[in-house]
Amino acid sequence: MAKGIRDKVAIVGMGCTRFGERWDSSGEDLLVEAFSEAVEDAGIDPQKDIQAAWYGNVFAELGLGSTAMPCAQVLKLPFIPVTRMENACATGSEALRGACYAVAADVYDICLAIGMEKLKDTGFGGLPTSGPGPKGRFTWPNMTAPGGFAQLATRYFAKYNLSPEEGKIMLAKVSAKSHYNGSLNPKAHLRRAVTVEQIMNAPIVAWPLGLFDSCGVSDGAAAAIVVSAEIAKNFRQDPVFIKALQICTTSGEELWHTEWDGTYIATTTHAAIAAYREAGVKEPRKEISMAEVHDCFSISEAIAMEDLQFSARGKVKDDIAAGRFNLDGDQPVQPDGGLKSFGHPVGATGLRMMYEMYKQLQGKAEQPERQLKNPELGLTHNLGGYPAMSVCSLFIVGH
Amino acid sequence: MIGIKSFGAYIPRYRINRNTIFSAIGFLGAIPMAGEKAVANWDEDSISMATNASIDCLRGIDRSSIDGLYFATTTQPYVIRQNSTIITTALDLRDETRTSDYVACTKSGTSALLAAFDGIQSNNSHDIIVCAADCRVGKPGSPQEQHFGDGAAALLIGNSNVIATLEGSYSISCDFPDRWRSTEEKFEHAWEDRFIRDEGYARIVPRAITGLLQKCNLTIKDIAKIVYCYPYPRDYPNVAKKLGAEPSQIQDNLLAVVGDTGAAYALMMLVAAIEEAKPGDRIIVASYGNGSDAILFKVTDNINTLAKSIGVRGNLAKKKELNSYEKYVAFRNAIPVDVGMRGESVPYSALSLLWRERREILALCGSKCQKCGKPQYPQQKICVNPKCRAANQMLDYRFSDRQAKIFSYTGDYLAASVDPPNIWGLLDFDEGGRYWFDFTDCDLEEIKVGMSVELSFRRKYLDESRGIHSYFWKAVPIRS
Repeated sequence: MAKGIRDKVAIVGMGCTRFGERWDSSGEDLLVEAFSEAVEDAGIDPQKDIQAAWYGNVFAELGLGSTAMPCAQVLKLPFIPVTRMENACATGSEALRGACYAVAADVYDICLAIGMEKLKDTGFGGLPTSGPGPKGRFTWPNMTAPGGFAQLATRYFAKYNLSPEEGKIMLAKVSAKSHYNGSLNPKAHLRRAVTVEQIMNAPIVAWPLGLFDSCGVSDGAAAAIVVSAEIAKNFRQDPVFIKALQICTTSGEELWHTEWDGTYIATTTHAAIAAYREAGVKEPRKEISMAEVHDCFSISEAIAMEDLQFSARGKVKDDIAAGRFNLDGDQPVQPDGGLKSFGHPVGATGLRMMYEMYKQLQGKAEQPERQLKNPELGLTHNLGGYPAMSVCSLFIVGH
Repeated sequence: MIGIKSFGAYIPRYRINRNTIFSAIGFLGAIPMAGEKAVANWDEDSISMATNASIDCLRGIDRSSIDGLYFATTTQPYVIRQNSTIITTALDLRDETRTSDYVACTKSGTSALLAAFDGIQSNNSHDIIVCAADCRVGKPGSPQEQHFGDGAAALLIGNSNVIATLEGSYSISCDFPDRWRSTEEKFEHAWEDRFIRDEGYARIVPRAITGLLQKCNLTIKDIAKIVYCYPYPRDYPNVAKKLGAEPSQIQDNLLAVVGDTGAAYALMMLVAAIEEAKPGDRIIVASYGNGSDAILFKVTDNINTLAKSIGVRGNLAKKKELNSYEKYVAFRNAIPVDVGMRGESVPYSALSLLWRERREILALCGSKCQKCGKPQYPQQKICVNPKCRAANQMLDYRFSDRQAKIFSYTGDYLAASVDPPNIWGLLDFDEGGRYWFDFTDCDLEEIKVGMSVELSFRRKYLDESRGIHSYFWKAVPIRS
């Protein structure tokens, strides 16, 4: 009987670039920046020690092109296996998953996971249209990510009898918290705190979601050095151990069957149950010290709180209002600013989240006011696609 | 008895007041016409409107007996790739359907109708749809811009259960060079209007009607309604009066409410006349365009039992004023509109895929599981119902003529559109099945979760660099 990933793999080095509109940096530059920090942090020789690598990148034609070859060429990885991963917004976490599984399988001792996205060479704001494929071009609506997630908000508001005003205020508080956290973080893309009132008055992107309900579109890269648990302490005294690692992909039911009610994310709900079982977490609301969740939009974060069982169904509004997820709250969420404020270079995002959990668990958040007190377990969550068809990744990490 | 078995019409939702047009770019040559005209939405063209008129015509009618479809227009989106065959695919008609495009002339609507009668008469066809639509764009500031309206009509022709029998026809064809447009041009040219009116319409149309009456051994007094194309509101009744008709015999010309709809014009007025007719009425319809076809019908008792279509009357009641000239010219692609770099990137269209999956895409045929009965779209091999999951037990199941309710929606300002925000969302079909669609002909403020919608065939996108017009189905609120 398979026992899962718990305590088989550790992260011993991480790197993360400053996220943002990196007009000055190429995709190659970003890869080297994240890689160099991770290698130095792990204290390894990149030419001798890394045995295999997984490279996460979504929009290949905006970045360095397809395949893992550009990554291997740029980093001068010496004829080792390098694989490119793509699974929408879960891509960075998929790269980490590949590295973790290889180590857990005892095939390698030391692996690299690296994710990079160069989004600001498109010439326009927002993500490029992607996903439908040649048939979807004929049959999908003329849609965008904010339009998809906006419908999660309208369904949620309707089910729980929130007026548009009440719903918008709930969401504004989510974004205000993340903007504040990002303002403290030197690596974050958007470093300006904004008020609930500013958020409420911003232009609408897709009703009811406005400009400040939407995450940044950023350039950036992040990397992790993963080793087997037995040898982790050879690298450092404070490695971070993988407690759970789950991917959950839609079965088609949400979009094509009529039972899903559109007020929760089915994949996150399933992945959370599996991850808590794998990690031995009984009461996630109490046991998970902190989380970086996929707040591509404010509503995505709010709904994730319920799907992850941090808040009861329909009750996240009360927890948001009580400040539960603030930096000084009982269960801080997005301590680094989240996608909202830290930014969202898609292929790097999952690893960026892990970078924050890793640093927080080690007590090494750059600014003292950002450091959380004695976190035990951290959770990272990515959601790719749309509410009606999604892929979710979940990691739980700890000492 | 050969004749018309059913009828339908389509008039786009938007109407623009001609004063709105005139006040934008008016000059002496373009004396303002009275009233309003029908304007196709930005996602409509002659193919989509003819399809929707045909759907109206086929309400409650089994489509399996249809073996012909003739499409008439002067604004066919494709010069190569038969436009009528796109319509038969959208209507989910059999491959064993005879199709033809009747183009290049505004009398092509009646030409298609006469060809259909010939096909039935010769026993080569059983039931034929004749649909006509036009979406003509007048050059900004031109008289045609005020004169042309957009719309469509459809008639089902056969030899049983007819609501109006064919009694006779009389055709005139002549190279009367009043209007012309060569293949590479977007806008029509016209000779002096007095020439068109006095030497064209005023001579040719009465000649066709008189010829028909003589041929059928009837006088004008025997005709209940005279339907004819003559787009000059002031002089319009005089044409029939000169033939001896009373005002009550003259069909309303739709000019003040729709405009001259080109190849569809005669058939739309015919549909409007049939809507008002009673058994025994004789109706003459006379088209215009490089000649004229005059056709005589006699209405039968079946008119009283035909399932109700929306028709011209119903479509006239469903309207919304478009009070912006700029929107109108943007809808017609008569001025360049910035859709941003996001909107400019049109991916290639996989036409081999479109061929393979044409029933699924253009006819909106999904699957119905034979084991659990669940309808699903797109087509599945393995049932989406988690309690079933039967494999390879699917039958084709057409969604296009089924009603649905809005499950969720949004107004998306990031999606590139000439008419933002793009409204889209998920639909739950009343008889099962869920999918996401664009919404059209609606305003964000009126949309509610749970609202009933039906599907309308629309342009999805135009790939200008590759000359591809792409079509799909969109949701339109059902307004009672």
